[in-house]
Order: sequence, then structure tokens, then C-alpha cells
Amino acid sequence: MAEERILMDAAAIGRTLVRLSHEVVEKNKGTDGLCLIGVKRRGEIVARRIAGLIKKGYGAEIPCAGIDIGMYRDDLVSGYFVPDARVNRLGFAVDGKKVVLCDDVLHTGRTVRAAIEAIFDLGRPASVRLLVLVDRGGRQMPVSADLVGKNIPTASSEFIDVRLAEIEGEDSLGISRASE
Amino acid sequence: MLGKDLLGLYDASAEDITLILDTAVGMKKLLTQNLKKLPHLQGRTVTTLFYENSTRTRCSFELAAKYLGAGTVNISASSSSVQKGETLIDTGKTLDAMKNDVIVIRHPMGGAPHLLAKNVKASVVNGGDGMNEHPTQALLDFYTMREKFGSFKGLKVAILGDIKHSRVAKSNLFGLTKLGAEVCMYSPATLMPQGIDRLGAKIARSREEALAGANVVMGLRIQLERMHGGLFPSLSEYAKYYGVSEEHLKYADKDCIVMHPGPVNRGVEFTTGVIDGENSEINEQVLNGVAVRMALLFLLCKNRQGGSENA
Repeated sequence: MAEERILMDAAAIGRTLVRLSHEVVEKNKGTDGLCLIGVKRRGEIVARRIAGLIKKGYGAEIPCAGIDIGMYRDDLVSGYFVPDARVNRLGFAVDGKKVVLCDDVLHTGRTVRAAIEAIFDLGRPASVRLLVLVDRGGRQMPVSADLVGKNIPTASSEFIDVRLAEIEGEDSLGISRASE
Repeated sequence: MLGKDLLGLYDASAEDITLILDTAVGMKKLLTQNLKKLPHLQGRTVTTLFYENSTRTRCSFELAAKYLGAGTVNISASSSSVQKGETLIDTGKTLDAMKNDVIVIRHPMGGAPHLLAKNVKASVVNGGDGMNEHPTQALLDFYTMREKFGSFKGLKVAILGDIKHSRVAKSNLFGLTKLGAEVCMYSPATLMPQGIDRLGAKIARSREEALAGANVVMGLRIQLERMHGGLFPSLSEYAKYYGVSEEHLKYADKDCIVMHPGPVNRGVEFTTGVIDGENSEINEQVLNGVAVRMALLFLLCKNRQGGSENA
């Protein structure tokens, strides 16, 4: 991997998440019926951060959970592999809820497609909105994000590296290019 | 790599066996979480062609196929054209013409799956052929052992019971010797096949010798339906001199596991205390059987991908 350029540091990610948390409430006109579902594993962390910020800002406890999309991937058959998936138990019902689906990076849109299918296997939400920390472009599915932390147009040879304190011990976001 | 068919472990390599067991680990994880619906075999058909009775093997294969999304068809000899005198090859060709992907066959004659495999395009899996082999049962036994002990190196496996008529014993012997385990067999002399020691088995002279320090105690059913009398005086005499009770289990390693391919004759091969005891893995074996068969069907169909018309 060639050298990496840092695009966001911990403070920038923190500010973006605060803005996104307010936008979630703004779009939803309050916190009623809201729930956050993050795509495991980084999306779940994003969702939990947003839930924490909403609680701080508005005092409302929003149901929040991670969802495993392993069983819903579209490359199970073509890739012929056995997914390392867990059964999805959110701890709350999604029926009639206004779901905000959270992920760290939006790229092809395939993960989002799988996540929507996973959510609908658990119930029928009133709506599903998409929140992402980074939109790097390169869509292959008719998917767009409703709430975007940062737009970073990229080439397919580039990588977006999201590091979150819960996993890597620090918050930062970098871009790197695949080396030969 | 695994070929078109799985006919026996005599010709299988240790790598093939390990590949199937490794794949089964993921399958079992999904099974135990009740995440059973995988798409890998969607649009494929698995047919079970059974010329002999079966509960667990057939059900296990059928569920394994269903959990992977395949369609399943069951044919039993007693209710098919076999009754009208159709030959095995003709039955196979008929199934082939209907675009079957996998045929699981159980047959009272050793070698029947091999004959079928030579004559059909479908993948053939041996679900037990006469007194020859029952590879998937042995594979699930290996899975159970590996899950418990981690490796086969230096493992001592004692196999007691009707070894002569048992295809499970032979598949276990072929596989375990390749994987590096030691197999020790014990049965009445009339139920011990001649020359089995030349295939790598150690023949014990007493029940105590067979069990001494064993990590795995495997019982085999006395197959009365294959005996035509005179091999031993009576079941109760067999149980007394060759059966395993909790008392006998003390000769084995204290962390040993008790296995049986089923169906069990309670009080003959094992006493009820042994079957339901804390060392018993007999029910776990059944669960592992589904995982192993899922892995096998998955791998066979993966190999077929290029050549199959609907791939």
C-alpha cells in the first residue's frame, strides 16, 4: 500500500457526526418512531455514536442495533463461499418504525441492497433512510444516501480507510492508492 | 481436489477429507444459529435413490440439500420401477435425463455407486453400499472427533461391534489411517473380516485391550438383517461378552467420547447408561452429519459449476 493521505482527523469526524445526528432529527421532524440500524461492523459503531449524540442533544433514547448482512450478500453463489454470519436479533421491532440505516462508506450500493433485504426479513418499517459517513461514489445499484458525512469522489483503485476508536483505537479517515 | 463423485474414502486423500471438514465448520455455525437458508444450490436437484431402509442418512441428505436451496426428490426401491425390474444403470440414466445434479445412492451391493457413477453425468454420492463403504457417516465421525480433540494425530479409536457387515467401520478405517489416527477393532471372530489388519487396523484380543486408553469408543450395530444365523449364539450372550457398559468405559481415556452411527440396539452394543452418558456424542453426530453433508453437496456442486448446463 502506498502512502496514505489523511482527509479527516478525530475532531473533523466528531463534528461531522454531530451534524449528522442533528440532521437525522431534523429530517425526521423529531425523534418519534425513529430507530438506527448499523451494518456490522463499522456501520453499527456509526449508528451507536449517532444514537449517543441524539441522546445528548435531545434527551431521547433511540433504539439502535447492528445488522449482519452476510446471508444476504449477492456474491454467495458466484463466489461460492460460506458466510460467517450471525442471526439478526435487533432487540426491537422494526414494524412501522422510521429506520435510519447507517454505514461507514457508501460505494457500490450492494451492501445497502443486502441490508434493506435483511431489514425487511425482520419486519415492515414505515421508511428506510440511509446515513453514511463517507460517500465515495462508484455506484452499481440505484441507491443514494439521504444523509452524507462527506462526499469523496474516488477512483476504483483508491481505498478509503475508516478507522474508528472502538476498533482501531483512534478516529481518522484516509485515502490510499493500491500499489503494484 | 474433490472429483465429480464421492464414492468412498479408500480413494479419498487426506486433503479432500480436511477440505470437507473445514467447510463443514462454517455450515455447522449457520445450522446451530438457525440460519439455515443458503442460496448456493438454488436451481439444482438432489435425488436420494435408496435401495435400503434409512432414517438419518436420507433425512440428513434431504435437509442438507434443502438448507442450501436445492430441490430434492426421494426414490425408494420398494415404490419405484425397480420393482418392475429396471436395472440400476437404466434408473440412473433416467434420473440423468431429468437433469439431476447429485444422486445419493444407498444399495445393498458393494460397488453399486461406482457402477452408477460411471454411467451418469450427475455427481454420485455413496450413501452406503453393502458391506463396503459409507463415506459420509465416516466424515461426520471425523468431524465429531476433530471438534472434540482438535487433531487426529495419535488419536486412539476403538471400534467394537459387527465389523464384518459394517460399511461404517471400513470408511472410518480408510479415513482415520490417512489422517494419522490409530484404529483398534474388537468383535467376535466370526464378525471380524479377514485381512482387515492388512488395511491398517489393529485387532484387539479382548474388550479391555481394545478400550485401553481409547479416546474414541465407537460401537457398531449388530446387523441381524445381513446375517444368516450361526455367527454368535444370542444377542444377550453378545451383550455380555462384547457389549460396552459404564464399567468397561473406565478402561478408556477419562475424556473419551462415545460414538455410534445408529440405529443403536440398546443394551447390545452399548448399555443405556453409556448411550445416554455424559461421554456420549451420539446426538451431536446427527447434527454434524447435516453440516458435513451440506459441505459435501456444496463442494461437489461448486466443482460442477463449469460443466453444468444451468451454471
